[in-house]
Amino acid sequence: MAKDELAKDFKYIGTRPNRPDGYDKVTGRAKYGADVAAVGMLHGAVLRSPYAHARITSINFEKASKLDGVKAIITRDDFPVGIDGDTLNLLENTIAGEFAYYDGHAIAAVAATTVHIAKEAINEIEVEYEVLPHVIDVDEAIKPDAPVIKNNARDFSVPEGSSPNVASYIEFGTGDIDGGFDKADLVKSGRFKTEAAHQGYIEPHACMAQLDHDGQGEMWVCTQGHWYIRQMCASVLGLEASKLCVTPSEIGGGFGGKTTIFIEPLALALSKKSGGRPVKIVMSRAEVLRATGPTASASMDVKIGITKDGYLTSGSVEFRMQGGAFGGSPVSEALQCAFAPYNMPAAHHIGYDILANRPRAAAYRAPGSPMAAFAVESLIDEICTDLNLDPIDVRLKNAVKEGDKSSYGPKFKKIGLIETLEAAKDHPNYSISLGDNQGRGVAAGYWMNHGGETSVSVSLAEDGSVNVTVGTPDIGGSRASIALMTAETYGIPYDSVRVNIAETGALGFNEPTHGSRATLASGKAVYEAANQTISEMCQRVARKWQIDPDAVFWENGYAKPAGANAGDFSPISIKQIASEMDQTGGPIAGHHEASIRGVGHSFGVHIADVEVDPETGRITVLRYLVAQDAGRAIHPSYVEGQFQGGAVQGIGWALNEEYVYGADGCLQNAAFLDYRVPVASDLPNIDTIIVEVPNPDHPFGVRGVGETGIAPPLPALANAVNAAVGARLRSLPMSPGKVLKTIKTGEDGC
Amino acid sequence: MQYHSPSSFNEAVAISNSSSGLVKYLAGGTDVLVQLKIGTKSPDHLIDIKNIPGVREISLRDDGGYTIGAAVSGAQLTDHKELSKKWPGLVEGMELVGSAQIQSRATLVGNLCNGSPAADSVPGMIAAGASVSILNSSGTKDVLVEDIPSGPGSTSLKNGELITAINLPKRNDYEGDAYLRFIPRTEMDIAVVGCAVNLSLENGFITTAKVVLGAVGPKVMLAHSAADCLVGTKLDDNILSRFSAKCSQIAKPISDKRGSAEFRKDIIGVIAQRAARKAYDRALGKY
Ligand SMILES: Cc1cc2nc3c(=O)[nH]c(=O)nc-3n(C[C@H](O)[C@H](O)[C@H](O)COP(=O)(O)OP(=O)(O)OC[C@H]3O[C@@H](n4cnc5c(N)ncnc54)[C@H](O)[C@@H]3O)c2cc1C
Repeated sequence: MAKDELAKDFKYIGTRPNRPDGYDKVTGRAKYGADVAAVGMLHGAVLRSPYAHARITSINFEKASKLDGVKAIITRDDFPVGIDGDTLNLLENTIAGEFAYYDGHAIAAVAATTVHIAKEAINEIEVEYEVLPHVIDVDEAIKPDAPVIKNNARDFSVPEGSSPNVASYIEFGTGDIDGGFDKADLVKSGRFKTEAAHQGYIEPHACMAQLDHDGQGEMWVCTQGHWYIRQMCASVLGLEASKLCVTPSEIGGGFGGKTTIFIEPLALALSKKSGGRPVKIVMSRAEVLRATGPTASASMDVKIGITKDGYLTSGSVEFRMQGGAFGGSPVSEALQCAFAPYNMPAAHHIGYDILANRPRAAAYRAPGSPMAAFAVESLIDEICTDLNLDPIDVRLKNAVKEGDKSSYGPKFKKIGLIETLEAAKDHPNYSISLGDNQGRGVAAGYWMNHGGETSVSVSLAEDGSVNVTVGTPDIGGSRASIALMTAETYGIPYDSVRVNIAETGALGFNEPTHGSRATLASGKAVYEAANQTISEMCQRVARKWQIDPDAVFWENGYAKPAGANAGDFSPISIKQIASEMDQTGGPIAGHHEASIRGVGHSFGVHIADVEVDPETGRITVLRYLVAQDAGRAIHPSYVEGQFQGGAVQGIGWALNEEYVYGADGCLQNAAFLDYRVPVASDLPNIDTIIVEVPNPDHPFGVRGVGETGIAPPLPALANAVNAAVGARLRSLPMSPGKVLKTIKTGEDGC
Repeated sequence: MQYHSPSSFNEAVAISNSSSGLVKYLAGGTDVLVQLKIGTKSPDHLIDIKNIPGVREISLRDDGGYTIGAAVSGAQLTDHKELSKKWPGLVEGMELVGSAQIQSRATLVGNLCNGSPAADSVPGMIAAGASVSILNSSGTKDVLVEDIPSGPGSTSLKNGELITAINLPKRNDYEGDAYLRFIPRTEMDIAVVGCAVNLSLENGFITTAKVVLGAVGPKVMLAHSAADCLVGTKLDDNILSRFSAKCSQIAKPISDKRGSAEFRKDIIGVIAQRAARKAYDRALGKY
């Protein structure tokens, strides 16, 4: 696409109309996962392991099955055998086989006529366990003598002599590492740790499923990606994918945590066992915290070399990440993001994916990037302090730009890190003066973004309004953004477009709304599909005018003759073309299917001001700025919403969110009372700057914006705390007790 | 489970005495209903006291003290201008409980009878020298609030005993109270530590002091020896640091998911010092 086209003025893109789903959502009419119901529906409940690690020696549900109203009880015996590889991990996590691998691991499930009976039945199931030694902490789990979680967990990549809990090993790099350190005036290293954090979506997992012995099933579910649900359910239950029809509900947040299965196969299996009655399962918050999400916990070593005038010479990282009992921590993404913002003459990366007796890690907003940013951006801040250099200037000196080869391989196309750094530097927040015990921290962050498999369709209604059908559930305002891009493409009013999210039977395979892809990928596909219908309309008008189709062009909702040579015809509106469809060849519709590429990486720079109470260690966030490259903000309010939401989740991760395990390996804070996400009054207004360096590979210049924003808060806040009271915390969360200890003793918490 | 809604205190006590299984009085329900829902306590009988006449009233007695009905909500307390002016510390303790929704239901009596060592309104009541009126099958009695908590989640109330009201003594000039708690967030947390201080002054000198510590022991506790440090002083800096150290020394916290024993011991002194300063300023009429 030619660059000048990207720079053009838009009529709808960049405006801020109400979102199409807004009315339903504020009136409570929108249907979320738990809102579905069907005639004859049963209610499911799940029995969960009270142990972190145990062998299940027997399950007896005779008493439970005799309760009035109990219609089905399932255990692992109700699932196929002979499954292996990653599907086995999915199945194992859905329902335990021989072993329970974490506190909260599903053991059995019941369907009954009421929720109360189902819960009562759960309590009547008798399970005998042989409790086994467990391990929770990542540094403990990698020790050679750690309790062994699985005997055959390691893959081919793991070096001889590693702990049996290492599932995989990654190593890659570029340049002369030691030579780089030799050239440096300062070489600094440090160890950093982050705790697991839950996605904390407000809507718990919920689904209703129906499956009969004919193998045809239906599922209504709160998910980010219903094709994933279909694929995963089909594979763990041994069904044919196309026989399962999955419809997504509205979704109260997912942040990556709703891209996989938990209760869904259980509901299907219960339905089948109860003779095809629909079964609904709704998780409690405690179940959500014990058994879903979270992201990995990490232990990280970083070493960076720099010249005294602030040019990076070399960097190395070793990241150890625990992603639960099945592996799958985002360690490779973390490594890719570690030095991505900088031109590193030499970079070396080592990563370990480690098992521990915790819930299976799910994706969480920019998986891996926040941990990497915490380690690398904290250390860069320490370097800036030692060398007395401005933290934004140092980042500007080393920032990557178009044409640079990234630290992890790919060459960058047009990117906006420099513009973002400059915008942050120019913002008033960077120069407001600070008082006692107050400090300012800066950090950058990166997410590569994702395109992914996408399938959409577009159809013209008989009155010239347009239906768009996409497969990416609307989490952050994507209906509005897709409607704006559609309106722009046709030149018709925003209100004349309706965007539907279709069930799995209506479109080809769609990846979930993940990887910051919905607006980027569905938007790009819708643009293509709309243009198909536009050329169809031009052809029909050409036939009417009896001229060559190439002599008709589309502008602002009208087919027009392409200049004087084409003939003297009055433009024909989309309305008129639509009203004549039945006479001119039938319905007009377009579709587009592709693996979308050209995602446009997004960089962000955050500036945080905090005040620390030196007597209690309590941190107050005074001011917060997010600057990030959006490529093009289709609907600026939702771009700002993503920036702010990402920052808030990062702030929570940095300050007080934490999994507290007892000595028995059980989670002690499975409630929002003690799993402390920030409440509204904890936060200042999150100021935003939308930087727009258009993505040359997108028709409107879009880059994904959803994820980058969660990475910089972790280091930005740690850097600000150090600036405020001289306490360098290298371990998250920076809960008051830890901060106070660091203030008093200088220990960094690691 | 059976739900009862008696129209008098006597009826409530009678129902309680004649019922078997787990019997629970229900005030605002912000503890009872939560426990029921998560399954930690499943009562066989719930006796709702909210429909008893007068139970939601705040009245000024002839002796100048206030009587607060057993079902008066946190929001009602805050809205009562005179009471809030006289006992700002007690009221701010209750006001910290939960959110606006919780405030419209939660009561002082419920907070007390739930028996949590971290209950936010209890230190203020004890510091104020408040008492409760208790009704049982043999009649009524008055008991000091400080004698009600008996351990984590337990009280000295006998089976069937019902608290009908809370009684606050008369408030004089140059008296002031304050309650502060420490939580990592700004709201919706349980106190990691809490402290209420109630002071009377004469010519700027402290004549009587009550100091009550929360969440640093098995129950809310009176810190007599810490209070003694304050009496006869004008709360200058060296007194405050002695007081602070004393509070830390008295505290016997445990380590749990909300904070380590070490941290709690550290910050109880800080919070107590700040509460004392605030109570002192209030006694001087500063705010
Ligand atoms: C979201 C949320 C946030 C909260 N935040 C806080 C907080 O910040 N600080 C805090 O301290 N607490 C907090 N709580 C706990 C709770 O709100 C308080 O303890 C509240 O004061 C309880 O009052 P209630 O009237 O609702 O009690 P109820 O739930 O009605 O009763 C509590 C106990 O008192 C007994 N009881 C009630 N009335 C009587 C009576 N007349 N005589 C004898 N026994 C009686 C009941 O049987 C029960 O055992 C919170 C609760 C929730 C749900």
